[in-house]
Amino acid sequence: MINEDRSTWKATRDGYGKGLVSLGRENERIVVLSADLTESTRASWFRDEFPERFFSFGVAEQDMMSTAAGFALSGKIPFCCSFGVFASGRAWEQVRISAAYMNININIGGSHGGITVGPDGATHQALEEIALMRLLPHMSVVVPCDLIEAERATIASAGIKGPVYLRLGREKLPLITDGYEGFEIGKAHIIREGNDLTIIACGIMVYHAIKASDSLKAEGIGAGVINLHTVKPIDKAAILKAAIKSGAIVTAEEHLIACGMGSAVSEVLIQEVPVPVEMVGVKDRFGESGSPWDLIEKLNLMPEDIVIAAKRVLKRKRTT
Amino acid sequence: MKKPDIGKLKEQAKQLRRDILTMLSEAGSGHTGSSLSCVELIFSLYSYKLRYNAKDPYWEERDRFILSKGHGCPTLYAVLAHFGFFLKDKLKTLRQIGTLLQGHPQLGLPGIEASTGSLGQGLSVANGMALSARLDKKDTRVYCLLGDGEINEGQVWEAAMTAAHYSLDNLCAIIDYNKLQIDGFLCDVKDMFELTKKWEAFGWNVIEIDGHDFTQIMDSLDRAEKVKDKPTIIIAHTIKGKGVSFIENKAEWHGIAPKPDELKCALRELD
Ligand SMILES: Cc1ncc(C[n+]2csc(CCOP(=O)(O)OP(=O)(O)O)c2C)c(N)n1
Ligand SMILES: [Mg+2]
Repeated sequence: MINEDRSTWKATRDGYGKGLVSLGRENERIVVLSADLTESTRASWFRDEFPERFFSFGVAEQDMMSTAAGFALSGKIPFCCSFGVFASGRAWEQVRISAAYMNININIGGSHGGITVGPDGATHQALEEIALMRLLPHMSVVVPCDLIEAERATIASAGIKGPVYLRLGREKLPLITDGYEGFEIGKAHIIREGNDLTIIACGIMVYHAIKASDSLKAEGIGAGVINLHTVKPIDKAAILKAAIKSGAIVTAEEHLIACGMGSAVSEVLIQEVPVPVEMVGVKDRFGESGSPWDLIEKLNLMPEDIVIAAKRVLKRKRTT
Repeated sequence: MKKPDIGKLKEQAKQLRRDILTMLSEAGSGHTGSSLSCVELIFSLYSYKLRYNAKDPYWEERDRFILSKGHGCPTLYAVLAHFGFFLKDKLKTLRQIGTLLQGHPQLGLPGIEASTGSLGQGLSVANGMALSARLDKKDTRVYCLLGDGEINEGQVWEAAMTAAHYSLDNLCAIIDYNKLQIDGFLCDVKDMFELTKKWEAFGWNVIEIDGHDFTQIMDSLDRAEKVKDKPTIIIAHTIKGKGVSFIENKAEWHGIAPKPDELKCALRELD
């Protein structure tokens, strides 16, 4: 059950910070690189405990990414920290060559992903990272839905040979995966199964997917929920199984619909089990200033928006 | 290390130039002027300065060389083959389908320390290796060769600041200062003005040399090693296309390979 008491909620960036510290204690090879956003990305927690393994780059994301390659090629396991927009966008071509093409163990913690950055507005609200990063060969892309999952994903990413992008958020979220022990990069977390449709969500939208599923249940509609924390490599088996069982899919993400997680799911479905799909996400626009939850409402990322999409997809399911 | 005989180096450099031109001509494409420009620089590093084991290219105690101007790789390939990292026969496969000798250096070919070719990134990679060596308390030295047009890239200056900030005296950058880039002379394409002053202002130790003079190159590499608390950059004045009269100093020879008749003429000059 989700604890709705907001005082218990925590941000995924905090899970990243915790993950870095526990990695640092276990493994001498971990190094952390930061581009002048050390507090915000929680890289500071690592820096304070392991100052000799922390490297400051100033506002120079491109330099940071390529330097990470030098570390990785010398047997270190670097984690690069910045905001999602800059880590994935400003330094995209450096990530392309240094991390993806060389296929080495570079990990990127892009915090402040999504619209829930809030008042800083569009320049700081990353809505494109899933697209930019999943496009790159060898790159893994993980979008944790809560602090616990973020910590696990951070620790797991150090053990993956190739590069990993971790999309992290600033907004506090309920601890959805509390008590779930099966986390593994590349393996979807099946929260509940449903006979009528399945909602596939990542990040903050997992919370809203569960709420949407609850209200659909009250109307007699069985909506499964999958937490697709790993957008790449995508868990085909879990997606296809849900499509076959429920016959309709709704995807939900705090990201542009174009080329995001929903698109990745659709790429799987269209080729193997082409059931109707509806996508909830940001529709070809930039973000804007506002409080996080006001923006979620304004950009139609609420549980009600998922419910509307579910009803649309059910209609299409019946007519096909 | 004992300095190799200069006369012998010169003879070998001539042979390397022949290898480079032949391999480019067989490939039918590639960067002729850029490769001929850095023969003495790369050959000196491998003949005199770098610690490596061609039979064990990933030997932990080796020094590192990053060819940031990745398009100059025919020269690196020829030098690596000369020192036995792989068979010289492989040079024929340059740019062919399925080869490890990619159009720009790729990890996987013995002796290649980083994939390069997208200009502006190599110095940062070299910094990462230098920082890592320091963390491991190793005396590894890291060398990085940059193009003079390449340093138009903002990232090079980000990396310059990083190296100086971390006082990376185990790092030595070299600029192949041939005054040409693709569109023409640096001063017309984008004037870099006084390079020495720029690098000094960024906190580097600067040495200016003739980049085709083996004695000067080897001396500068020795001097770089002795500098403490600062990275060193060797600004090596070079001639793009060096060694072949009709290729020298011609922007149009930046990125093309000699046709068979041109190869014949070029090889005759290098007899
Ligand atoms: C980021 C990037 N932009 C453009 C190119 C295309 N390019 C290849 S070589 C070159 C000019 C390089 O000139 P310089 O660094 O002076 O090298 P050299 O004269 O030694 O060939 C350019 C623009 C590239 N490889 N990478
Ligand atoms: Mg040049």
